[in-house]
Amino acid sequence: MKTVFEYTRGMLPVTTGYCPGCTHGIAHRILMEVLIERGTLGETIGVAPIGCSILSHNYLNVDMCESAHGRGPAVAAGIRRALPDKTIFTYQGDGDLASIGAGEIVHAAHRGEKFTTIFVNNAIYGMTGGQMAPTTLIGQKSTTGVDGRKKEVSGMPLRMAELLATIDGAVYVERVALDTPAHVRGAKAAMHRAFEIQEKRLGFSFVEVLSTCPTNWGLPPTAALKWLADNMIPYFPLGILRTPGEVK
Amino acid sequence: MAKKGIVKFDIDKCKGCELCVVVCPKHILKIHEHDVNIMGYHPISVSDEEQCIGCANCAVMCPDGVISVYTE
Ligand SMILES: Cc1ncc(C[n+]2csc(CCOP(=O)(O)OP(=O)(O)O)c2C)c(N)n1
Repeated sequence: MKTVFEYTRGMLPVTTGYCPGCTHGIAHRILMEVLIERGTLGETIGVAPIGCSILSHNYLNVDMCESAHGRGPAVAAGIRRALPDKTIFTYQGDGDLASIGAGEIVHAAHRGEKFTTIFVNNAIYGMTGGQMAPTTLIGQKSTTGVDGRKKEVSGMPLRMAELLATIDGAVYVERVALDTPAHVRGAKAAMHRAFEIQEKRLGFSFVEVLSTCPTNWGLPPTAALKWLADNMIPYFPLGILRTPGEVK
Repeated sequence: MAKKGIVKFDIDKCKGCELCVVVCPKHILKIHEHDVNIMGYHPISVSDEEQCIGCANCAVMCPDGVISVYTE
């Protein structure tokens, strides 16, 4: 019998508190698979955000540090200075990274911090019950925008990958999605590239992962995958926005 | 002939989300109609394992580490 797939030992043998069909579980798993495949699991330090993944330190089999809301990049920058040899990542939601933590992520990129950020964009505040995020799409309903987001009131959804790709210190920026097996495999490849850049200490690396929030979108998990593909990908196009070759 | 696949489930971790069901190219995964697991969810099952090709699409999409895949 040949093994095709077994759950990675990078994930602790526990049941996560995530809702059924929440793609945080997929993002966690491929991140840990990447660290195992690169042989860096044992020397990695992760920084957890505020959001549904606040308890990710209970699920990911690496050393982790909690951070105040949106301040993961500042914590990671401190860890990098204290422990220059470690592999370091922040794992952040869109409320955490694009809203309250927009300043931290921009300046981490601007300084060319040598860590990797995994940005889980589910277009809503999950943990607190479905409030509008900067990434919420036009027309998308949230508890703070019950008639759907309106451009005149809340502006257009913020494209963080594009924004960060304008910053010289951000040497690797890619957007991926978790709506199909092929995209999940592509997301994992993107994380490999991001950690390779970090290992070479070329600068800041950033992977935006389009994800679902079935509970707060009010959709069954499988319909949420389709909603992601139909609505998020057209506005948040997938692909590599910046590579070291483009950075002078 | 296509390779014969084998799927194994860690039933008590399943939340019945069906992400695996919709990505199975052979449409052989289905949620138990009657059984419930330790968390109270109807968990995943395989209807016709003979047809499994071991592509692991189901396991790749599973957010909860329920599925292992092998080939003979
Ligand atoms: C300083 C501060 N402000 C506000 C909050 C409330 N809060 C907790 S989680 C959250 C948003 C999380 O959303 P997101 O980052 O998108 O992550 P998700 O839960 O969707 O994974 C907010 C506003 C907080 N904990 N701390």
